[in-house]
Amino acid sequence: MTAPDRAAIRQAVIDAVLTIAPEADFATVVPTKSLREQLDLDSFDYLNVLIALARQLHVEVPEADYGKVETLDGLVGYIAQRVATA
Amino acid sequence: MPSLGADMEAGTFIQWNIAPGQAVKRGDVVCVVETEKGAVDVEIWASGTVARLVAEPRQRIPVGGVLALLAAEGEDWRAVAATPIAPAEAPRPAPAPAPVRSSPAARKRAEELGVDIAALAAKKGGAPITLADVEGAAQTAPRAAAPAVAGEGAARTGMRQAIAAAMARSKREIPHYYLGCEVEVERAATWLEQFNAGRPIGERVLFAALAFKAIALALREVPDLNGVFVDGAFRPSAAIHLGVVTSLREGGVIVPALHDADKLGVPDLMAALRDLLTRVRAGQLRSSDLADATTTVTNLGDLGVETVYGVIYPPQVALIGLGRVVARPIAREQQIVAARMLTVTLSGDHRVTDGMTGARFLSKVRERLARPEGL
Repeated sequence: MTAPDRAAIRQAVIDAVLTIAPEADFATVVPTKSLREQLDLDSFDYLNVLIALARQLHVEVPEADYGKVETLDGLVGYIAQRVATA
Repeated sequence: MPSLGADMEAGTFIQWNIAPGQAVKRGDVVCVVETEKGAVDVEIWASGTVARLVAEPRQRIPVGGVLALLAAEGEDWRAVAATPIAPAEAPRPAPAPAPVRSSPAARKRAEELGVDIAALAAKKGGAPITLADVEGAAQTAPRAAAPAVAGEGAARTGMRQAIAAAMARSKREIPHYYLGCEVEVERAATWLEQFNAGRPIGERVLFAALAFKAIALALREVPDLNGVFVDGAFRPSAAIHLGVVTSLREGGVIVPALHDADKLGVPDLMAALRDLLTRVRAGQLRSSDLADATTTVTNLGDLGVETVYGVIYPPQVALIGLGRVVARPIAREQQIVAARMLTVTLSGDHRVTDGMTGARFLSKVRERLARPEGL
Protein backbone atom coordinates (compact mmCIF):
# COMPACT_ATOMS: atom_id res chain seq x y z
CA MET A 1 0.00 0.00 0.00
CA THR A 2 1.42 3.39 -0.92
CA ALA A 3 1.29 6.25 1.54
CA PRO A 4 -1.45 8.78 0.79
CA ASP A 5 -0.18 12.03 -0.75
CA ARG A 6 -1.05 15.49 0.58
CA ALA A 7 -4.07 15.84 -1.70
CA ALA A 8 -5.49 12.56 -0.41
CA ILE A 9 -4.82 13.58 3.20
CA ARG A 10 -6.45 16.95 2.62
CA GLN A 11 -9.50 15.22 1.20
CA ALA A 12 -9.62 12.85 4.18
CA VAL A 13 -9.54 15.84 6.54
CA ILE A 14 -12.32 17.55 4.61
CA ASP A 15 -14.43 14.40 4.60
CA ALA A 16 -13.94 13.95 8.35
CA VAL A 17 -14.96 17.54 9.04
CA LEU A 18 -17.98 17.33 6.73
CA THR A 19 -19.42 14.37 8.63
CA ILE A 20 -19.47 16.60 11.73
CA ALA A 21 -20.16 19.97 10.12
CA PRO A 22 -22.06 19.18 6.91
CA GLU A 23 -22.54 22.88 6.16
CA ALA A 24 -18.80 23.67 6.20
CA ASP A 25 -17.68 25.42 3.02
CA PHE A 26 -14.04 24.62 2.37
CA ALA A 27 -13.92 27.12 -0.49
CA THR A 28 -13.97 29.86 2.16
CA VAL A 29 -11.75 28.18 4.77
CA VAL A 30 -8.43 29.99 5.18
CA PRO A 31 -5.91 27.12 5.43
CA THR A 32 -3.57 29.06 7.68
CA LYS A 33 -6.20 30.06 10.25
CA SER A 34 -7.76 28.01 13.05
CA LEU A 35 -10.07 25.42 11.57
CA ARG A 36 -12.04 25.16 14.79
CA GLU A 37 -12.73 28.88 14.95
CA GLN A 38 -13.71 29.12 11.30
CA LEU A 39 -16.07 26.18 11.42
CA ASP A 40 -17.36 26.45 15.02
CA LEU A 41 -15.99 23.07 16.01
CA ASP A 42 -15.94 22.51 19.76
CA SER A 43 -13.36 20.30 21.48
CA PHE A 44 -15.67 17.30 21.21
CA ASP A 45 -16.13 17.87 17.45
CA TYR A 46 -12.41 18.29 16.93
CA LEU A 47 -11.59 15.15 18.90
CA ASN A 48 -14.05 13.30 16.65
CA VAL A 49 -12.31 14.65 13.55
CA LEU A 50 -8.97 13.40 14.87
CA ILE A 51 -10.48 10.02 15.78
CA ALA A 52 -11.91 9.64 12.27
CA LEU A 53 -8.52 10.50 10.76
CA ALA A 54 -6.74 8.08 13.08
CA ARG A 55 -9.07 5.33 11.93
CA GLN A 56 -8.56 6.10 8.26
CA LEU A 57 -4.91 7.09 8.09
CA HIS A 58 -3.54 5.34 11.18
CA VAL A 59 -2.01 8.51 12.57
CA GLU A 60 -2.96 9.43 16.13
CA VAL A 61 -2.28 13.03 17.08
CA PRO A 62 -1.06 13.12 20.70
CA GLU A 63 -2.50 15.92 22.83
CA ALA A 64 0.95 17.46 23.12
CA ASP A 65 0.87 18.07 19.35
CA TYR A 66 -2.58 19.73 19.24
CA GLY A 67 -0.88 23.09 18.74
CA LYS A 68 0.53 21.85 15.41
CA VAL A 69 -2.82 20.78 13.99
CA GLU A 70 -4.95 23.86 14.53
CA THR A 71 -5.11 24.90 10.89
CA LEU A 72 -6.00 22.94 7.76
CA ASP A 73 -2.44 23.30 6.42
CA GLY A 74 -0.99 22.40 9.81
CA LEU A 75 -3.11 19.28 10.16
CA VAL A 76 -2.45 18.07 6.60
CA GLY A 77 1.29 18.76 6.92
CA TYR A 78 1.47 17.05 10.30
CA ILE A 79 -0.23 13.88 9.04
CA ALA A 80 1.84 13.86 5.82
CA GLN A 81 5.02 14.00 7.87
CA ARG A 82 3.90 11.28 10.24
CA VAL A 83 2.82 9.04 7.36
CA ALA A 84 6.17 9.60 5.60
CA THR A 85 8.21 8.73 8.68
CA ALA A 86 6.04 5.79 9.74
CA MET B 1 -47.29 10.63 26.39
CA PRO B 2 -44.27 11.22 28.59
CA SER B 3 -43.01 14.70 29.45
CA LEU B 4 -39.75 15.16 27.61
CA GLY B 5 -38.69 18.29 29.43
CA ALA B 6 -40.60 20.89 31.41
CA ASP B 7 -41.27 22.96 28.30
CA MET B 8 -43.21 20.20 26.54
CA GLU B 9 -47.02 20.36 26.47
CA ALA B 10 -47.76 17.82 23.77
CA GLY B 11 -46.05 15.60 21.25
CA THR B 12 -46.93 14.36 17.79
CA PHE B 13 -47.08 10.61 17.60
CA ILE B 14 -45.08 9.24 14.65
CA GLN B 15 -44.86 5.45 14.66
CA TRP B 16 -45.05 2.24 16.65
CA ASN B 17 -42.15 -0.18 17.01
CA ILE B 18 -44.35 -2.73 18.79
CA ALA B 19 -47.50 -4.75 18.13
CA PRO B 20 -50.33 -6.05 20.35
CA GLY B 21 -49.41 -9.29 22.10
CA GLN B 22 -45.73 -8.39 22.20
CA ALA B 23 -43.89 -8.61 25.53
CA VAL B 24 -41.93 -5.49 26.45
CA LYS B 25 -39.66 -4.64 29.31
CA ARG B 26 -38.94 -1.33 30.96
CA GLY B 27 -36.51 0.68 28.84
CA ASP B 28 -37.47 -0.83 25.46
CA VAL B 29 -37.95 1.69 22.69
CA VAL B 30 -41.62 1.32 21.79
CA CYS B 31 -42.46 4.29 19.60
CA VAL B 32 -41.25 7.53 18.09
CA VAL B 33 -42.69 10.90 19.06
CA GLU B 34 -41.95 14.24 17.42
CA THR B 35 -41.31 17.20 19.73
CA GLU B 36 -39.83 20.66 19.31
CA LYS B 37 -36.51 18.95 19.96
CA GLY B 38 -36.90 16.60 17.04
CA ALA B 39 -37.89 12.95 16.87
CA VAL B 40 -37.44 11.08 20.14
CA ASP B 41 -37.37 7.33 20.74
CA VAL B 42 -39.77 6.73 23.61
CA GLU B 43 -38.71 4.07 26.09
CA ILE B 44 -41.49 2.32 27.98
CA TRP B 45 -41.43 2.86 31.75
CA ALA B 46 -43.09 -0.43 32.78
CA SER B 47 -42.79 -4.05 31.72
CA GLY B 48 -45.71 -6.13 30.44
CA THR B 49 -47.51 -7.13 27.27
CA VAL B 50 -48.73 -4.66 24.67
CA ALA B 51 -52.55 -4.84 24.65
CA ARG B 52 -53.78 -2.08 22.37
CA LEU B 53 -52.14 0.69 20.38
CA VAL B 54 -54.23 3.84 20.80
CA ALA B 55 -52.18 6.63 19.24
CA GLU B 56 -52.24 7.06 15.48
CA PRO B 57 -49.56 8.56 13.25
CA ARG B 58 -49.50 12.40 13.17
CA GLN B 59 -51.85 12.57 16.14
CA ARG B 60 -50.97 15.34 18.57
CA ILE B 61 -51.26 14.07 22.14
CA PRO B 62 -50.93 16.12 25.33
CA VAL B 63 -48.44 15.10 27.99
CA GLY B 64 -50.18 12.44 30.09
CA GLY B 65 -52.46 11.37 27.22
CA VAL B 66 -52.82 7.68 26.42
CA LEU B 67 -50.50 6.21 23.76
CA ALA B 68 -51.26 2.53 24.31
CA LEU B 69 -52.67 0.06 26.79
CA LEU B 70 -50.26 -2.32 28.47
CA ALA B 71 -51.17 -5.54 30.30
CA ALA B 72 -49.21 -6.13 33.48
CA GLU B 73 -47.52 -9.47 34.00
CA GLY B 74 -50.13 -12.13 34.68
CA GLU B 75 -52.92 -10.11 33.04
CA ASP B 76 -54.60 -11.30 29.84
CA TRP B 77 -53.61 -8.75 27.23
CA ARG B 78 -56.70 -9.47 25.14
CA ALA B 79 -58.95 -8.59 28.06
CA VAL B 80 -56.97 -5.41 28.67
CA ALA B 81 -57.23 -4.55 24.98
CA ALA B 82 -61.02 -4.62 25.25
CA THR B 83 -61.07 -2.16 28.16
CA PRO B 84 -62.57 1.17 27.20
CA ILE B 85 -60.28 4.07 27.97
CA ALA B 86 -61.72 6.00 30.89
CA PRO B 87 -61.99 9.73 30.18
CA ALA B 88 -59.80 10.44 33.20
CA GLU B 89 -57.00 8.49 31.58
CA ALA B 90 -57.31 10.30 28.31
CA PRO B 91 -57.26 14.00 29.11
CA ARG B 92 -58.48 16.15 26.29
CA PRO B 93 -57.94 19.86 26.02
CA ALA B 94 -60.98 21.62 27.46
CA PRO B 95 -63.44 22.45 26.08
CA ALA B 96 -63.37 19.14 24.28
CA PRO B 97 -63.88 19.72 20.57
CA ALA B 98 -66.35 17.49 18.75
CA PRO B 99 -64.40 14.47 17.58
CA VAL B 100 -63.40 14.81 13.96
CA ARG B 101 -63.70 11.63 11.99
CA SER B 102 -61.01 11.49 9.36
CA SER B 103 -58.45 9.13 7.94
CA PRO B 104 -54.87 9.46 9.18
CA ALA B 105 -53.80 10.33 5.63
CA ALA B 106 -56.35 13.14 5.54
CA ARG B 107 -55.14 14.48 8.87
CA LYS B 108 -51.56 14.41 7.73
CA ARG B 109 -52.36 16.18 4.49
CA ALA B 110 -54.45 18.75 6.34
CA GLU B 111 -51.52 19.54 8.55
CA GLU B 112 -49.20 19.86 5.56
CA LEU B 113 -51.59 22.11 3.68
CA GLY B 114 -52.62 24.16 6.69
CA VAL B 115 -56.26 23.14 6.37
CA ASP B 116 -58.41 23.45 9.51
CA ILE B 117 -59.82 19.95 9.67
CA ALA B 118 -62.25 20.79 12.48
CA ALA B 119 -63.82 23.59 10.43
CA LEU B 120 -64.05 21.23 7.49
CA ALA B 121 -65.80 18.62 9.64
CA ALA B 122 -68.29 21.22 10.85
CA LYS B 123 -69.07 22.08 7.21
CA LYS B 124 -69.63 18.43 6.38
CA GLY B 125 -71.89 17.96 9.37
CA GLY B 126 -69.71 15.39 11.07
CA ALA B 127 -69.30 13.11 8.05
CA PRO B 128 -65.85 11.51 7.85
CA ILE B 129 -63.19 13.71 6.25
CA THR B 130 -61.32 12.15 3.38
CA LEU B 131 -58.06 13.02 1.70
CA ALA B 132 -60.04 14.43 -1.24
CA ASP B 133 -62.00 16.74 1.10
CA VAL B 134 -58.79 18.13 2.48
CA GLU B 135 -57.19 18.69 -0.90
CA GLY B 136 -60.37 20.23 -2.24
CA ALA B 137 -60.55 22.61 0.70
CA ALA B 138 -56.93 23.58 0.26
CA GLN B 139 -57.59 24.55 -3.36
CA THR B 140 -60.79 26.50 -2.85
CA ALA B 141 -60.17 28.17 0.49
CA PRO B 142 -57.76 31.06 0.67
CA ARG B 143 -54.69 29.89 2.50
CA ALA B 144 -54.36 30.58 6.16
CA ALA B 145 -52.00 33.44 6.98
CA ALA B 146 -49.20 31.04 7.75
CA PRO B 147 -49.32 27.93 5.60
CA ALA B 148 -47.68 24.99 7.28
CA VAL B 149 -43.99 25.28 6.59
CA ALA B 150 -42.64 21.81 6.12
CA GLY B 151 -39.27 20.58 7.22
CA GLU B 152 -36.33 22.13 8.96
CA GLY B 153 -37.44 25.74 9.06
CA ALA B 154 -40.59 24.84 10.95
CA ALA B 155 -38.66 22.57 13.30
CA ARG B 156 -36.20 25.34 14.07
CA THR B 157 -39.02 27.80 14.76
CA GLY B 158 -40.64 25.25 17.06
CA MET B 159 -37.44 24.74 18.97
CA ARG B 160 -36.84 28.48 19.27
CA GLN B 161 -40.37 28.89 20.64
CA ALA B 162 -39.83 26.06 23.13
CA ILE B 163 -36.56 27.60 24.34
CA ALA B 164 -38.19 31.02 24.57
CA ALA B 165 -41.10 29.62 26.58
CA ALA B 166 -38.83 27.81 29.04
CA MET B 167 -36.51 30.79 29.47
CA ALA B 168 -39.36 33.30 29.81
CA ARG B 169 -40.87 31.09 32.49
CA SER B 170 -37.50 30.92 34.22
CA LYS B 171 -37.04 34.68 34.24
CA ARG B 172 -40.64 35.21 35.35
CA GLU B 173 -40.70 32.67 38.16
CA ILE B 174 -37.14 32.19 39.36
CA PRO B 175 -35.43 34.93 41.36
CA HIS B 176 -31.91 34.28 40.12
CA TYR B 177 -28.69 35.08 41.89
CA TYR B 178 -25.30 34.78 40.19
CA LEU B 179 -21.90 33.87 41.59
CA GLY B 180 -18.61 33.23 39.88
CA CYS B 181 -15.10 32.29 40.83
CA GLU B 182 -11.80 31.70 39.12
CA VAL B 183 -10.50 28.23 39.80
CA GLU B 184 -6.91 27.26 39.22
CA VAL B 185 -6.92 24.09 37.12
CA GLU B 186 -3.20 23.74 36.43
CA ARG B 187 -2.94 20.50 38.40
CA ALA B 188 -6.14 19.09 36.90
CA ALA B 189 -5.07 19.97 33.35
CA THR B 190 -1.59 18.50 33.83
CA TRP B 191 -3.02 15.37 35.43
CA LEU B 192 -5.40 14.94 32.48
CA GLU B 193 -2.60 15.38 29.94
CA GLN B 194 -0.65 12.59 31.61
CA PHE B 195 -3.76 10.45 31.85
CA ASN B 196 -4.50 10.92 28.14
CA ALA B 197 -0.91 10.42 27.01
CA GLY B 198 -1.17 6.72 27.76
CA ARG B 199 -4.51 6.18 26.08
CA PRO B 200 -5.56 5.60 22.46
CA ILE B 201 -7.21 8.65 20.88
CA GLY B 202 -10.67 7.08 20.96
CA GLU B 203 -10.49 6.82 24.76
CA ARG B 204 -9.12 10.26 25.48
CA VAL B 205 -10.93 12.32 28.07
CA LEU B 206 -11.83 15.96 27.46
CA PHE B 207 -11.32 18.51 30.20
CA ALA B 208 -15.07 19.15 30.28
CA ALA B 209 -15.67 15.56 31.43
CA LEU B 210 -13.27 16.05 34.33
CA ALA B 211 -14.99 19.30 35.26
CA PHE B 212 -18.44 17.65 35.06
CA LYS B 213 -17.27 14.98 37.49
CA ALA B 214 -16.00 17.63 39.91
CA ILE B 215 -19.35 19.43 39.65
CA ALA B 216 -21.32 16.22 40.24
CA LEU B 217 -19.30 15.41 43.37
CA ALA B 218 -19.66 18.98 44.65
CA LEU B 219 -23.45 18.73 44.15
CA ARG B 220 -23.46 15.64 46.34
CA GLU B 221 -22.10 17.79 49.14
CA VAL B 222 -24.46 20.69 48.43
CA PRO B 223 -27.74 18.86 47.66
CA ASP B 224 -29.90 21.99 47.79
CA LEU B 225 -28.77 22.86 44.26
CA ASN B 226 -29.76 19.48 42.84
CA GLY B 227 -33.45 18.81 42.28
CA VAL B 228 -36.66 20.42 41.06
CA PHE B 229 -39.02 23.12 42.31
CA VAL B 230 -42.56 21.83 41.80
CA ASP B 231 -45.90 22.96 43.27
CA GLY B 232 -44.31 25.60 45.44
CA ALA B 233 -41.73 23.34 47.06
CA PHE B 234 -38.21 22.17 46.40
CA ARG B 235 -37.75 18.45 45.93
CA PRO B 236 -34.10 17.51 46.23
CA SER B 237 -32.91 14.59 44.15
CA ALA B 238 -30.68 11.86 45.52
CA ALA B 239 -29.57 11.03 41.99
CA ILE B 240 -27.36 13.53 40.18
CA HIS B 241 -28.32 13.79 36.52
CA LEU B 242 -26.46 16.63 34.85
CA GLY B 243 -28.30 18.31 31.99
CA VAL B 244 -25.60 19.08 29.43
CA VAL B 245 -26.38 22.08 27.25
CA THR B 246 -25.63 20.93 23.71
CA SER B 247 -25.86 23.37 20.86
CA LEU B 248 -26.97 22.11 17.49
CA ARG B 249 -25.17 23.19 14.35
CA GLU B 250 -28.46 24.15 12.75
CA GLY B 251 -29.28 26.39 15.73
CA GLY B 252 -30.94 25.90 19.08
CA VAL B 253 -29.93 23.79 22.04
CA ILE B 254 -30.90 20.47 23.54
CA VAL B 255 -30.19 19.62 27.16
CA PRO B 256 -29.91 15.84 27.51
CA ALA B 257 -29.18 14.28 30.90
CA LEU B 258 -25.91 12.65 31.83
CA HIS B 259 -27.28 10.16 34.33
CA ASP B 260 -25.63 9.48 37.71
CA ALA B 261 -22.64 11.63 36.81
CA ASP B 262 -21.33 11.46 40.39
CA LYS B 263 -21.11 7.66 40.27
CA LEU B 264 -19.22 7.32 36.99
CA GLY B 265 -15.44 7.10 36.90
CA VAL B 266 -13.88 9.74 34.66
CA PRO B 267 -13.36 7.42 31.62
CA ASP B 268 -16.93 6.08 31.98
CA LEU B 269 -18.28 9.60 32.31
CA MET B 270 -16.45 10.57 29.12
CA ALA B 271 -17.86 7.51 27.35
CA ALA B 272 -21.39 8.36 28.52
CA LEU B 273 -20.92 11.97 27.44
CA ARG B 274 -19.61 10.85 24.05
CA ASP B 275 -22.60 8.55 23.57
CA LEU B 276 -25.01 11.33 24.56
CA LEU B 277 -23.48 14.08 22.39
CA THR B 278 -23.21 11.73 19.43
CA ARG B 279 -26.87 10.79 19.67
CA VAL B 280 -28.01 14.40 20.16
CA ARG B 281 -26.14 15.51 17.07
CA ALA B 282 -27.37 12.55 15.05
CA GLY B 283 -30.96 13.25 16.16
CA GLN B 284 -31.27 9.90 17.93
CA LEU B 285 -32.54 10.97 21.32
CA ARG B 286 -34.31 8.67 23.72
CA SER B 287 -37.04 9.73 26.12
CA SER B 288 -34.77 8.99 29.10
CA ASP B 289 -32.25 11.50 27.76
CA LEU B 290 -34.71 14.34 28.10
CA ALA B 291 -36.87 13.55 31.07
CA ASP B 292 -35.03 14.00 34.30
CA ALA B 293 -31.97 16.25 34.56
CA THR B 294 -31.59 17.51 38.13
CA THR B 295 -29.32 20.45 37.38
CA THR B 296 -27.73 21.87 34.24
CA VAL B 297 -24.17 22.56 33.17
CA THR B 298 -23.21 24.69 30.21
CA ASN B 299 -19.70 24.71 28.85
CA LEU B 300 -19.05 27.68 26.59
CA GLY B 301 -15.28 27.72 26.98
CA ASP B 302 -14.71 26.22 23.56
CA LEU B 303 -16.28 29.27 22.03
CA GLY B 304 -13.88 31.58 23.83
CA VAL B 305 -16.33 32.65 26.53
CA GLU B 306 -14.68 33.30 29.89
CA THR B 307 -17.72 33.79 32.09
CA VAL B 308 -21.22 32.33 31.70
CA TYR B 309 -24.26 34.06 33.24
CA GLY B 310 -26.77 31.27 32.84
CA VAL B 311 -30.56 31.14 32.93
CA ILE B 312 -31.87 28.27 35.06
CA TYR B 313 -33.85 25.63 33.21
CA PRO B 314 -37.13 25.15 35.10
CA PRO B 315 -38.12 23.25 37.17
CA GLN B 316 -34.45 22.97 38.17
CA VAL B 317 -32.97 25.36 40.70
CA ALA B 318 -29.37 25.82 39.55
CA LEU B 319 -27.25 26.15 36.47
CA ILE B 320 -23.48 25.86 36.40
CA GLY B 321 -21.43 27.61 33.74
CA LEU B 322 -17.92 26.76 32.60
CA GLY B 323 -15.77 29.23 30.73
CA ARG B 324 -12.52 28.86 28.84
CA VAL B 325 -9.41 27.36 30.39
CA VAL B 326 -6.90 30.15 30.02
CA ALA B 327 -3.29 30.60 31.19
CA ARG B 328 -2.80 33.62 33.48
CA PRO B 329 -0.11 35.02 35.71
CA ILE B 330 -1.06 34.31 39.31
CA ALA B 331 0.62 34.83 42.67
CA ARG B 332 1.70 31.64 44.39
CA GLU B 333 3.89 31.75 47.49
CA GLN B 334 4.96 35.31 46.74
CA GLN B 335 5.97 34.39 43.19
CA ILE B 336 4.26 35.33 39.96
CA VAL B 337 3.75 32.12 37.99
CA ALA B 338 1.71 31.09 34.97
CA ALA B 339 -1.25 28.83 35.69
CA ARG B 340 -4.29 27.67 33.77
CA MET B 341 -7.50 29.13 35.17
CA LEU B 342 -11.19 28.39 34.66
CA THR B 343 -14.10 30.61 35.62
CA VAL B 344 -16.94 28.59 37.13
CA THR B 345 -20.27 30.35 37.62
CA LEU B 346 -23.45 29.43 39.38
CA SER B 347 -26.94 30.73 38.73
CA GLY B 348 -29.01 29.89 41.80
CA ASP B 349 -32.70 30.05 42.68
CA HIS B 350 -33.38 32.30 45.67
CA ARG B 351 -36.59 30.42 46.43
CA VAL B 352 -34.41 27.52 47.51
CA THR B 353 -30.90 28.75 48.34
CA ASP B 354 -28.90 31.87 49.09
CA GLY B 355 -25.49 33.03 47.97
CA MET B 356 -23.97 31.28 50.97
CA THR B 357 -25.01 27.87 49.62
CA GLY B 358 -23.82 28.80 46.17
CA ALA B 359 -20.47 29.93 47.54
CA ARG B 360 -20.07 26.64 49.37
CA PHE B 361 -20.75 24.78 46.16
CA LEU B 362 -18.16 26.75 44.18
CA SER B 363 -15.54 26.17 46.85
CA LYS B 364 -16.29 22.42 46.71
CA VAL B 365 -15.76 22.48 42.94
CA ARG B 366 -12.46 24.24 43.50
CA GLU B 367 -11.39 21.63 46.08
CA ARG B 368 -12.32 18.77 43.77
CA LEU B 369 -10.42 20.20 40.82
CA ALA B 370 -7.37 20.73 43.02
CA ARG B 371 -7.25 16.95 43.58
CA PRO B 372 -7.89 15.51 40.11
CA GLU B 373 -6.63 12.06 41.04
CA GLY B 374 -9.61 11.77 43.38
CA LEU B 375 -12.17 12.39 40.62
